[in-house]
Amino acid sequence: MKAAAFDYLRPADLGEALALLATHKDDCKILAGGQSLVPAMNFRLARPAILVDINDLNELDYLRADADHLKIGALTRHAAFHRPVVEGPLGTLLAKVVRYIAHYPIRQRGTFAGSLSHADPASEWCLVAATLRAEMLAKSVRGERVIAAGDFFHGTFTTALEPDEVLAEIRLPAMAPDWRVGFYEFSRRAGDFALGMAVAAARVEEGTIREARLGVGGVADRAIRLGTLEDQLVGKPASSALIDGIAREARGMIEPNGDIHASPEYRRDLIATSVKRALTEALA
Amino acid sequence: MPDKRDVTLAVNGKTYAVSVEPRRSLADVLRDDCGLTGTHLGCEHGVCGACTVLVNEKPVRACLMFGVQAEGKTVRTVEGLADGDTLHPLQQAFWENHGLQCGFCTPGFLMLAAGALQENPDMTDDDIKDVLSSNLCRCTGYQNIVKAVRLAAREMRARARI
Repeated sequence: MKAAAFDYLRPADLGEALALLATHKDDCKILAGGQSLVPAMNFRLARPAILVDINDLNELDYLRADADHLKIGALTRHAAFHRPVVEGPLGTLLAKVVRYIAHYPIRQRGTFAGSLSHADPASEWCLVAATLRAEMLAKSVRGERVIAAGDFFHGTFTTALEPDEVLAEIRLPAMAPDWRVGFYEFSRRAGDFALGMAVAAARVEEGTIREARLGVGGVADRAIRLGTLEDQLVGKPASSALIDGIAREARGMIEPNGDIHASPEYRRDLIATSVKRALTEALA
Repeated sequence: MPDKRDVTLAVNGKTYAVSVEPRRSLADVLRDDCGLTGTHLGCEHGVCGACTVLVNEKPVRACLMFGVQAEGKTVRTVEGLADGDTLHPLQQAFWENHGLQCGFCTPGFLMLAAGALQENPDMTDDDIKDVLSSNLCRCTGYQNIVKAVRLAAREMRARARI
């Protein structure tokens, strides 16, 4: 239960970090919060030759809100979201979701960008990013590029990031005050990995849904945005019959994985329940 | 084998100059290199919370940080909780309310609660249970730990008002 030997590099700024990534590529791993990487190293499931510790890169520790986006710097810890970081529904949603991420001490170290880069299928932030159509800003010595959430997640622990890139910033689209949000997660114990979860958001005018966001996580190799169901919600009056119908459809749309914790059939039921509860909260 | 690194740690207000391999966890550095064996190791993969210490006053798992990462940061362990022979209110409350039996998990629970109460001195019972859910205790059934933290928080608030 001790990590294998590695070389430890601690760049002082982003430029130095990117140069190290460019030099060492696949031989190195970025160490940010380390709350997933270090357990894997302690189990020797991961044996990186080199760790590039980016915890001194204060330039990446920021939260900035403008009219279009909430911009989350790579060193922003989960705990930063314990209280709403922006006024309105987006801050409310993030503060609600963060309570389900592991436990309090883990949230003091782990980072938002680290969760996305790690791409655990049961990651709450990956679900939020996929559902809300986040944009990822990747930087390397070659320059920078913006990756849409739909293109970013490739599967379990796999993303579009190249070995020499760092996920420098996540941009979550701003939400107008008239959006309403909902989140539901089921796990066996507090802080455990989600066996099923859903994020829902909706903008309702005079009883009619004008815009909708819906996604599920923890049930397949990546978070799934349910775009066709979002389209079905738009233009309809919010009702429990509508929610039941959408939950039923979601149940049939996804082929969930099975493991020691839950069978595919059980997860299918969880998809329906999670979607129903998240939507009910958002449309209440 | 990568060379050892010279690391200077600030633990409980004291400076420790140690020479450690980068792969050595902060928990092992505290125990084996600084001689501070109050920090206990249970699972060594971030699940049990026995090794919880404060780094820059935030409770973290010392098995999920490498000792070299603590350079330039302040660390507080259970040895730094009491004021001489006077127990910290949390320690006193754990003692008085039977918040421990075997005591193995106790340092982790104490540092967890100490850090959480610094962030929010007015935790509700739900807040306390949410925070304490991160650490494992196999003896007490948790009820007396919750009770001890609740009463310690009350005592600490009362002292802060004086």
